[in-house]
Amino acid sequence: MTHSTDPAPSKGWYARNEIRVTPWLFLLPGILFFAVYVVVPIFQSVWISFHAWDGLGEKEWIGLGNYERLATDRKFETSFWNNLKWLFLYLLAIPAGLFIALFLNQKVWGIRLYKSLFFFPFVISQVVVGLVFSWFYLPNNGLFDVIVGFFGIDISGGVLGNPNTATYGIIAAGLWPQTAYCMILYLTGLNAVDPEQVEAARLDGAKGWKMLWFVILPQLKPATFIAFVVTIIGALRSFDLISIMTNGGPFGSTRVLSFFMFEESLSEFGFRMGYGASIAVVLFLIMLCFIGYFLWSMYQDEKGGR
Amino acid sequence: MFPTPIEKRSRGAQLTYQSLLPLALIMWLLPLIAVAMFSVKSSADFAAGNYWGLPSSFELFNNYGKVFFQSDMPRYMVNSLLITIPTVVGAVALSSMTGFALGIYKFKSNLWIFFMFIAGNFVPFQILMVPVRDLTVGLGLYDTKLGLVLFHIAFQTGFCTLFMRNFIRALPFELIEAARVEGIAEWRIFWYIVLPLMKPALAALSVLIFTFIWNDYFWAVVLTQGPDSQPVTAGITSFNSQFVAQYHLMSAGSIVAALPPVAMFFLMQKHFIAGLTLGAVK
Repeated sequence: MTHSTDPAPSKGWYARNEIRVTPWLFLLPGILFFAVYVVVPIFQSVWISFHAWDGLGEKEWIGLGNYERLATDRKFETSFWNNLKWLFLYLLAIPAGLFIALFLNQKVWGIRLYKSLFFFPFVISQVVVGLVFSWFYLPNNGLFDVIVGFFGIDISGGVLGNPNTATYGIIAAGLWPQTAYCMILYLTGLNAVDPEQVEAARLDGAKGWKMLWFVILPQLKPATFIAFVVTIIGALRSFDLISIMTNGGPFGSTRVLSFFMFEESLSEFGFRMGYGASIAVVLFLIMLCFIGYFLWSMYQDEKGGR
Repeated sequence: MFPTPIEKRSRGAQLTYQSLLPLALIMWLLPLIAVAMFSVKSSADFAAGNYWGLPSSFELFNNYGKVFFQSDMPRYMVNSLLITIPTVVGAVALSSMTGFALGIYKFKSNLWIFFMFIAGNFVPFQILMVPVRDLTVGLGLYDTKLGLVLFHIAFQTGFCTLFMRNFIRALPFELIEAARVEGIAEWRIFWYIVLPLMKPALAALSVLIFTFIWNDYFWAVVLTQGPDSQPVTAGITSFNSQFVAQYHLMSAGSIVAALPPVAMFFLMQKHFIAGLTLGAVK
């Protein structure tokens, strides 16, 4: 077999380096696209954020000027706090999803259809979810107002018209599809729970909450991790619902960073692209903390693999 | 199985569960049921303040007829299809290649490139917005479907690569080794061995990306403007300003706009869920 390992003179450069070159050939189109549309724009945005720019004329270097302005901008403050509200309240989707998954994890007639219908809200676009909920919240005529009115609660201006409740109203709308997503993750996870361990724990007298906490949840860890990732990302990406339901109002009380950025750089108030870019950079840095954590946990997993 | 299977519980518990199920479902889908009801009502119902009661007349054909024949809705739907389908094809094609490269070959920067794709996939859209819009304008593709498609392909490649690479990694590596011993060229291994095994992943990704792109709103607003190229998610806002406060028509329009991904989900449910829950089980 010495014959075949000898690089025969007739073999070309490609044939000799096939295993080394092939992955790069396969990666090339993907990396090219990704670099042009995702990687490079990130750096461009950072660069733009140091300029005053209306998107058309010359960029004017102002160093950290945009960021200094952010620090005193009331709109930025509101958006930032709203982002935090979104982050914390959105996480409710995880226990809520687990709860529904536990409720549906049975084998009765028609349960498959029930599971799909419970998952349904996730498939619908957020634009439609936003519209549906804004009708649900209509002042006076909305079903929500009718129901809480029944209990003697009156929200002046309706849920979305009242600066104190509007953000919570939108988050509730966002939780609806997000809970459905977490539910499906947990249903899949529950399916794979080791029945022998459950039986063994049962023989040891574990049941109810104890069983859930000590036996089931540890086995659901991968599902919880993914639910956590998608929920955090979803919370920080919230834009569609706000844009559809309140367009940032009333009195700018429902702005979040993503919406604020869009409003500053592309709206009737003018194209402040430089300022917008600096908001985007702040949002990116917040996200980067989470991305770093996700990648780190994935790296820990990878080390165990092949 | 956890919780305890209901068939092992008392008769009373079983009956309670069986009756709770439909109740819970109705509560859960209440907003949707209400909108479906809106869409078959007449405008007279809303004028009379009958928002949440039963419709006084059944106007399904009338309302949906208006959506299809007296608005730009059909154009928006066609635009959405012309944006979504090329994106699905493009992103799946690119990522089956990147996934193959990252899943099969060992080289130094492998994990770094993989992480670059994942990290890029998690980035907030806003940090890309200004440069991508500039690039699209510069290429003369602003307000075209192609401009939107190119961006979507690029961005979705991140998520798709994660998916494909993990799927390929789970394939038996001996197959590839055996093929190499036979002296089969690497691209043939991809085309004749790996790709056929990837069919379930291709199906799962296609339905997922279809839904993601169909439902995209942000980029539609950033990169397109009018009924010539706007997809239905962005178009529905102008549809709604055409029929302002006519809830029966707005809700009919929303249902039409939401239908394709819903249909996709119910037809391809198994693949859809397999795709979404990838990694939820070790």
